[in-house]
Amino acid sequence: MTMTKTRAPMRMSIFSLIPLLLIAGPASAPAAGAEADFRAAYAAAEAAEQEAGHLRNQWTVTASALADAKKAADKGDFDQALASAKEAEALAKASIFQATSEKEAWKALEIR
Amino acid sequence: MVLVLTPLRLALAALGALALSVPPAGAADTPDPAADAKAFRNYFVRKFPNVKLEEFVNGPYALNQDMHRQWEEKEQFPPYEFSLEMGKEMFAMPFGNGKGYADCFPNQGIGIRQNYPYFDNKEGKVVTLELALNRCREANGEPALSYVEDEMAALTAYMAFTSRGKPFDIRIPDDPRALEAYQNGKRYFYARRGQLNFSCATCHVQNPGERMRAEVLAPALGILNAMPIYRSEWGGMGTISRRFTTCNSQIRGVPLDPQDEEYRDLEYYLSYVSNGLPISGPGARP
Repeated sequence: MTMTKTRAPMRMSIFSLIPLLLIAGPASAPAAGAEADFRAAYAAAEAAEQEAGHLRNQWTVTASALADAKKAADKGDFDQALASAKEAEALAKASIFQATSEKEAWKALEIR
Repeated sequence: MVLVLTPLRLALAALGALALSVPPAGAADTPDPAADAKAFRNYFVRKFPNVKLEEFVNGPYALNQDMHRQWEEKEQFPPYEFSLEMGKEMFAMPFGNGKGYADCFPNQGIGIRQNYPYFDNKEGKVVTLELALNRCREANGEPALSYVEDEMAALTAYMAFTSRGKPFDIRIPDDPRALEAYQNGKRYFYARRGQLNFSCATCHVQNPGERMRAEVLAPALGILNAMPIYRSEWGGMGTISRRFTTCNSQIRGVPLDPQDEEYRDLEYYLSYVSNGLPISGPGARP
């Protein structure tokens, strides 16, 4: 008897939470996912930019894209933050490719 | 005895022949500064057959008659005059310890601009005039000046003025480190960088005389002889450091720190290939 009495309110409370979870769930889970996606993309962009720095060949636009990503993330706009972080990573990778290929390619421009 | 050419022997013979015909790896990359300077000069002389060799130090003004007339008029009241006066005063003013710039340089710092940058065998690095001025200050207890602001421009303007007409005389001593610095400078000059994928040579070798928006691009030959320069675009004077860093940012590359080794080596290379051309600094540019 006692057990039945105590379970009933719990069942009630779980059942009453279900609609709330159904409403809140779809909204908060993607937000958390977007933030995680942004953080991963930002870390990848920062790592690529650091490598470009070691090659002494960073681009101003990469720094701008990283700053834009951070600014958007601070405002909670993780879609925009993710897009900017991905752009920064692409730019940083392009600058790495440039520095690597120019180790030999510069000779083609030399006056001989 | 009959020599039987087995496939293995044929392959070895072919490899041997190939080894004899191909120069040793790296031979083509061995720097030859004298040959470089000759080729560099010939390129510009052929590209601009109507420009006298010593005129190349006047940059875009040498390539365009209208601009040349503007320059002649500008030189009546040159915009760098205030900086020149300031530099003269700064140069003569003693440091806190009673010594001055004259104590740090050969010939008391007068008429020596054409010998900078030089390769310092003790340090194993290139020393530019801007760097030597700051080292002089620090050795005498004074704070270093910014490499990209007016005071450094004024000091180098005065020192260049005392060397006007003297031909660049940059030496590469018999030291593999000096040759390496020269080669590093050359590599920096020709390597593309920045999001625009430009090298220094893109503008100043491939396109001198052409317009980049409203500007006429200067030829690389003699480009440092006129430094420092008053630029109307800047509304003030600029040092070689300022020129290099702004070039990098204009092509959307993050500039290195002024007087980083790459920039010092670049100055060494560019000055060497202009050997024999007169110092014309301080200069004025659009």
